[in-house]
Amino acid sequence: MNNYSENVLEKLSSEPKNLWKRILIFLLILSLVIWGNTGSNFNGITEKGMNVAKAILYGITHPETLLLFNWTSKGIPMLLLETISIAFLGTLIGSLLAIPFAFLSATNIVPKWVSLIFRSITMLIRTIPALVWALIWIRVTGPGAFCGVVTQSIASIGMVSKMYITAIENLDTGVLEALDACGCNTLEKIRVGVIPQLSASFISTAIYRFDINLKDATILGIVGAGGIGFPLTDAIANARWNRVGAFVICLVLLVIIIEWISTKIRARLARGRS
Amino acid sequence: MAKTDKTPLFDRVFKPEIITLENGHTVERPKSRVPLILALLLIAIIIASKSTGFDFGLLISRFGQLGVILGKIFNPNWEFFPKVIPPLLGTIKMSIVGTVVGCVLALPISIFASSNINKNKPSLLVIRFIISVVRSLPAIVYAYFFVLVFGLGTFAGSLAIAFFTFGIVAKMLYENIETIDMGPYEAMQSFGATTLESFWTACLPQILPQFFDNCLYCFELNVRNSSILGYVGAGGLGLLINERVGLRQYNDVGMILLTIFVVVMTIDLVNDWIRSKIV
Repeated sequence: MNNYSENVLEKLSSEPKNLWKRILIFLLILSLVIWGNTGSNFNGITEKGMNVAKAILYGITHPETLLLFNWTSKGIPMLLLETISIAFLGTLIGSLLAIPFAFLSATNIVPKWVSLIFRSITMLIRTIPALVWALIWIRVTGPGAFCGVVTQSIASIGMVSKMYITAIENLDTGVLEALDACGCNTLEKIRVGVIPQLSASFISTAIYRFDINLKDATILGIVGAGGIGFPLTDAIANARWNRVGAFVICLVLLVIIIEWISTKIRARLARGRS
Repeated sequence: MAKTDKTPLFDRVFKPEIITLENGHTVERPKSRVPLILALLLIAIIIASKSTGFDFGLLISRFGQLGVILGKIFNPNWEFFPKVIPPLLGTIKMSIVGTVVGCVLALPISIFASSNINKNKPSLLVIRFIISVVRSLPAIVYAYFFVLVFGLGTFAGSLAIAFFTFGIVAKMLYENIETIDMGPYEAMQSFGATTLESFWTACLPQILPQFFDNCLYCFELNVRNSSILGYVGAGGLGLLINERVGLRQYNDVGMILLTIFVVVMTIDLVNDWIRSKIV
């Protein structure tokens, strides 16, 4: 009995003592936060700010229900449809455009220098934020939902191709060798050896990106690229909080529902067809 | 009869092909779902193209314009660099404060949102729903609200980033907590330790590396994202980008984007180094 407790105590005392290290890390983070706060302009909440906050909360809890059943292009159903359409087309085109990029950056398919070139291109695409892409494309297509579609098609390539690359580099080449041994030609090898291995993860990635694009599509309207973003910011700027409330509630519900559906589909894809 | 209940609707409408093998056994081959999916996809594409006014011709006829803009962006104006530094620091400060505040708030909440610690189903669902709601609004919408309440500047931006970070980190964290090994926790409970004590000594050490990993990931995301928050007046680089795009000074925009690129790359490298230390 005594022996056991001695063992435990011995084990405990042999554990590394990290106290100083932890204090140091804590101080480092604390000093970073203090430095980060130096430029901050917080000088108490003003009377006016308080009133605005109250108005916002009141508006969100008392949404304008009329907008929900307004079937013109200014009503919420049409705006939501437009937002979903932007995300859907953007994701579809983006995930198709990403396929050649991914194959040309996979190290098990092309030489190293080719993959390096295409990886840097996708990296550059990823660095430019979606909103900035929209500002650039607006000069090409003019304002409107079409600009949103083009923006998302390009902005999706970065992340989607990165995830495709992982799937391609994990390809099981044993299958291809087996097909070779059966005497299959290249086309047949792609049809039964490559596509079944990649399709599930490619589709899963595209659905995941659709989730993200839907969230992005709601803000693209701020710069005039269509969707619900423009009426939302317009309502905020004009302090029509009941309208803002209706937009925000519908937006939140839409995002939550789509996320729930996409998680379900992706879980099913990961398990394989049941 | 029980079997037919489990067959998907699709297989009941389109009967599977029945193949009789040479040895007399029969196997079912379900009809391919690809035509149905393609048809649905096509309908969705048609509806979406109508509602967004998809116009490929416009894209081709004006494509040269994109070349002009991108050409200028990839030819950055180096003299503009000194003007990028102050808002860049603002963006980084905003991201640091927002990330730390959001992550610190997310840790306790995510514990109550994980089904293996919190056995109370209603409170679990309520907390998860709140996290979902917080997560579903984009940071820029928060920033817009906070700018109106707290005035223009980086404080509104920090707060917006904190909300955004909270939503993401709390979700990732409760998913992580649900995969931990509960053995040590149960052992502590059997000693008579309280829930808090057993969580502190048995679960926290398992969660912390993942927690820091999530925080670093989120910080990276925030630096990238917060560069646009200035668009609604929340401080940082966004204001500058907006102004320069408005003036069509794409060489300056190129300089700003290059700076963001270098900063994000640096943070990425530092994060990888920190990660290698943690794991």
